[in-house]
Amino acid sequence: MKKESFVSIAELSKDKILYLLEMSKEFEKTPNRKILDGKIVATLFFEPSTRTRLSFETAANRLGARVIGFTDPKATSSSKGETLKDTVLMVSNYADIIVMRHYLEGAPKYASEKAPVPIINAGDGANQHPSQTMLDLYSIQKTQGTLENLNIFLVGDLKYGRTVHSLLMAMRHFNPTFHFIAPDELKMPEEYKLYCKKNNIRYVEHTEFTDQIIADADILYMTRIQKERFTDLMEYEHVKNSYVLRNAMLANTRSNLRVLHPLPRVNEIDHDVDSNPKACYFQQALNGVYVRQAIICDTLGLSLETIKD
Amino acid sequence: MHTKQELQVAALENGTVIDHIPCENLFTVVSLLQLEKMHSNITIGFNLDSKVLGKKGIIKIANKIFSDDEINRIAVVAPNVKLNIIDNYQVIEKKWVELPDELLGIVKCNNPKCITNNEPMPTKFHVINHKECLVKCHYCEKEQTREEITIL
Repeated sequence: MKKESFVSIAELSKDKILYLLEMSKEFEKTPNRKILDGKIVATLFFEPSTRTRLSFETAANRLGARVIGFTDPKATSSSKGETLKDTVLMVSNYADIIVMRHYLEGAPKYASEKAPVPIINAGDGANQHPSQTMLDLYSIQKTQGTLENLNIFLVGDLKYGRTVHSLLMAMRHFNPTFHFIAPDELKMPEEYKLYCKKNNIRYVEHTEFTDQIIADADILYMTRIQKERFTDLMEYEHVKNSYVLRNAMLANTRSNLRVLHPLPRVNEIDHDVDSNPKACYFQQALNGVYVRQAIICDTLGLSLETIKD
Repeated sequence: MHTKQELQVAALENGTVIDHIPCENLFTVVSLLQLEKMHSNITIGFNLDSKVLGKKGIIKIANKIFSDDEINRIAVVAPNVKLNIIDNYQVIEKKWVELPDELLGIVKCNNPKCITNNEPMPTKFHVINHKECLVKCHYCEKEQTREEITIL
């Protein structure tokens, strides 16, 4: 059994992504499988993130593993000045695998070099959140039947939005066409547009968010516009209300269109969208559990065949 | 045959001459090569006339030949440096420094939220573009250009 950490989406090959999605599908069919009986999963959250932690802990519990960990770094020895390396080495004595959320970028990568047990990155600052990307890919594949040749519309905060950047990078294997819809203040950074050019990913930029623009979308990926990103609060108020998806806007969209959102949302998706069959964001969050079951098993060296048996 | 410029600093019998060092980076090069810890006879020339650079720095180290790993550390600050290996007053080999694929413990990450700036650990950078000296932090994955690079 080869144990391998899961820290960055950039490291994953197309085959590996498809393999993990295949494995996730197995867990969707039968979520409760006690294949990790006797294993201990540590969830080290150096920064609070309730929904990510609940999702990982649900995944571990459904696999029959026990969970240890902390949710508040203030109560841990890192607040006493313990190095990350020491914390990770100590926890490796107790757990078979470590799920780590950290406010410092690169912390999981460093931990994976030091720890004798595999590390799963549950988000490191503005850098990576690869399990979120995997669940986005799973949701896209599940709702569209494929990941290939799709029109993907990213809306909202494309400047600071870590999820949209990772999704963009992961989709490079699947010949997508992206549409970036964002206010000038929050447009897709140059480095990602350069990334698109280098990887032959087509993209179109818009500042208007209207029903005509989204008419040929397969996926509408909404993100939250965060108040703290703006220096001018008047500007925020204006922008906030011009990137809101309402049910009426979906009337003339494609029948296969699905709306995704990494959650939590504030007002960028009106509540009247929730009952539309095209709204997929709560299902998307549930998909996160299956995907994380697959990631935990894969990092512990369990293969798809073992799971199917 | 000696040129006029080489004669600005006394000739070396055996060892290494590091030539064409940009003046502003001369002392960084001295520090990167840890010359202060060496016991050999070392001549450091500063603000010497140069046709190419206007002014240049030069370092002559007696009885020392650097390995590629040692010498390539300086490529970040002094990319066009020329090395002359001297044996019995004769240049027996000429080399140009080359930026290695990886920079270990040389460059500081400019991202204050990078783990390398918050944990006692060496930095590690991958060289993405050798020509433009574009480097990427192994840990936080942020890129830096030559102009943004700070030496540790």
